Amino acid sequence: MTQQADMSGAKALWHTLAAHGIDTVFGYPGGAIMPVYDALTYYPDIRHILARHEQGAIHAAEGWAKATGQIGVCIATSGPGATNLVTGLADAMMDSVPLLAITGNVARHLIGTDAFQEADITGITLPITKHNYVVQDPDDLPRIVAEAIRIARSGRPGPVLVDIPKDVQLAAFGGELVAPHADPGRLAPDPQAIQAAVTLLQTAQRPVLMVGGGAQGAAAEITAFARAWQIPTVTTLMGLGAFPASDPLWLGMPGMHGSVAANRAISEADVLIGVGLRFDDRVTGRVKDFARHAQIIHVDLDAAEIGKIVRTQVSVRADAASAAQALSEAATPYVHPEWTAQIQTWKARDQQGSPTAWGAGSAVRQVVERLRPDDILSTDVGQHQMLAAQLARFEKPRRWITSGGLGTMGFGFPAAIGAALAEPQVTSVIIAGDGGFQMTAQELATLTKYRIQNVKICIINNSFLGMVRQWQELFHERRYSEVYLGDSNPDFLKLAGAYGIEGFRADSQDNLPAAIDAWLAHPGSALLEVVVPQEHGVFPMVPAGAALHEMIETEAEASQGGSK
Amino acid sequence: MTGMEQDHLVSVIVRDEPRVLTRITALFGRRAYNIKSLSVGSTEHPGLSRMTFVVTGNRGIVEQAMKQLEKLIDVVHVIDHSLEKFVDRELLLVKVHITNDTRVEVRHIAEDFRARIVDVGRHALTFEVTGDEGKITAFIEQMRPFGILETMRTGRVALTRGSNADIPSHIYHDGETAALKSPTQTALLPREQDAQTVENLF
Repeated sequence: MTQQADMSGAKALWHTLAAHGIDTVFGYPGGAIMPVYDALTYYPDIRHILARHEQGAIHAAEGWAKATGQIGVCIATSGPGATNLVTGLADAMMDSVPLLAITGNVARHLIGTDAFQEADITGITLPITKHNYVVQDPDDLPRIVAEAIRIARSGRPGPVLVDIPKDVQLAAFGGELVAPHADPGRLAPDPQAIQAAVTLLQTAQRPVLMVGGGAQGAAAEITAFARAWQIPTVTTLMGLGAFPASDPLWLGMPGMHGSVAANRAISEADVLIGVGLRFDDRVTGRVKDFARHAQIIHVDLDAAEIGKIVRTQVSVRADAASAAQALSEAATPYVHPEWTAQIQTWKARDQQGSPTAWGAGSAVRQVVERLRPDDILSTDVGQHQMLAAQLARFEKPRRWITSGGLGTMGFGFPAAIGAALAEPQVTSVIIAGDGGFQMTAQELATLTKYRIQNVKICIINNSFLGMVRQWQELFHERRYSEVYLGDSNPDFLKLAGAYGIEGFRADSQDNLPAAIDAWLAHPGSALLEVVVPQEHGVFPMVPAGAALHEMIETEAEASQGGSK
Repeated sequence: MTGMEQDHLVSVIVRDEPRVLTRITALFGRRAYNIKSLSVGSTEHPGLSRMTFVVTGNRGIVEQAMKQLEKLIDVVHVIDHSLEKFVDRELLLVKVHITNDTRVEVRHIAEDFRARIVDVGRHALTFEVTGDEGKITAFIEQMRPFGILETMRTGRVALTRGSNADIPSHIYHDGETAALKSPTQTALLPREQDAQTVENLF
């Protein structure tokens, strides 16, 4: 487009990012990325958030991306800086998060010599990125970065890594600054596939709509479709919020810790239509018995997902919004009152099972009940995550941020910071366990450094790696091997206080409501530690390898030998 | 995903860039798809290489492998040769032990197979044979009783029969690689405004 005098490769990088509307990046400097950080001083409109660990930076970028649907950007130096991004890249790959990772590398003539802080990051990240690049020529930088952004955003989104040798960052730039690629747009479904889906739906007596994370951008179209056809709807862990929880058609989350209603409905369905999901094993249970009475319609953007896990009668390759709209317009809806009545009975049973006795469940319930529709809820990984997924009621998409596919402990807190920066006007609540929080607790410094006011941290402290302990209880005869943290956990309030963050604590049903009030009312970010009884499981639960209809519904049932 | 294990012949047109072979073999390796043979060579279009794989597995495995291949950014086209008629060849170099008693017979058999002698040693002849898999295997079996010292097979290469090229014309609008960007390759430059076309490649 234009030739630019007096420009380095590093400046060309920032110029290209700015041209793509990127105004916030997360990162951590180091020797091999210094020219990029030096050039940043010429771009005051770009906000750089300095994390305390590259893993914190990339999870924050993921949180940003999940809250906004826009691309998240993170920067790291070579070698150990780059390898610290690996977990975040794998996480973003599994959850289809649009992400651009920029890494420095040693100078071109040193690559391959085992130079100081050299790592073959493109080799390392090859299976966990959608694509990656080493920039060999500074003049190629804008073209490669623009292409990387397009790849990250288009089709099924994912992470792309661009590795830039230090001398390429420093070199004089003599290439062309390229304009951003046009919006890739939606992929419309094949009308014949839509017709086949509608024909099948019209024969259904017991249809179920299953909505995944790929539908987070299609909530309006999905909701309109489900309501017109009166199809009971389940939202997967990644799909929570893509269908309003207040709608009577919503049955909750399916799968390992799904609701009774969702799993019963899937087990009894005669037609199951899955939109924007990949039939993860945590959702299907034993695959051969998954939706065993149902013909399956699978709508997905990624052709490789269709037929990968479950047999599919009708495949519709399209983005979720286009497909749902096409389905809504294709035919007169067909309703089935007996089925919806049956569903309501199961749903009522779920509501009775809502935890009331003091424990992690009732604590999580009281916290999530206080969320407003615009608030963002992030979680870490473990029991608290499944409890939050079971108990939170989302009315809107992109309000739920969790590590689904990879199950990354340490994800939640930095992701909540990324979401808080993306949407400073809403409260960004993070529920974490005492184990996971300590994996990225150093990001308390990021809250302090940028005076981020809208992050509310809730630690559900049961002194254990609770989910591992639950499995040991059920499947390893209560041999609690290396899961106790209670003898060495920090004083979380003091830890927060060390960074200048206000802390609150509750340890009973009686003092929790007041503590929640004080925590949420505190002007600025704050931490709430909820000390809960140590032994408490998450139920319902479908044991790994079992079928959805074999679910253990209650803790009592589990202790009566429901374990397998 | 049921069905019998059998060989499937798949050709892949890829951008000629570093790590492309690694990306593809890593994809096969992680998913435990066994590659029985693999041949790689340049194509008539600078910047594009062509690989021919023989993959062993049931139909479902191979279909999934092809879909995963199509998702790689460096892969511009995947051809399943089972869908159309194709020609395929393999090149074999084989070193056969000979004695004064067997020299003539070995040469006669080789003539029947139209194998060429490419090297003559005191106790061995090295033959070059091209043909489809059956012919190559048959030649090896014929030579085995005389004593095979070593063999090297290239793996199969294949082209679809008929006048149509395997590379559909829309692929020439993809690209944006260093290789495709050279000034002599204007026909391969990307059409950025053609988002739908580009999108189809992912």
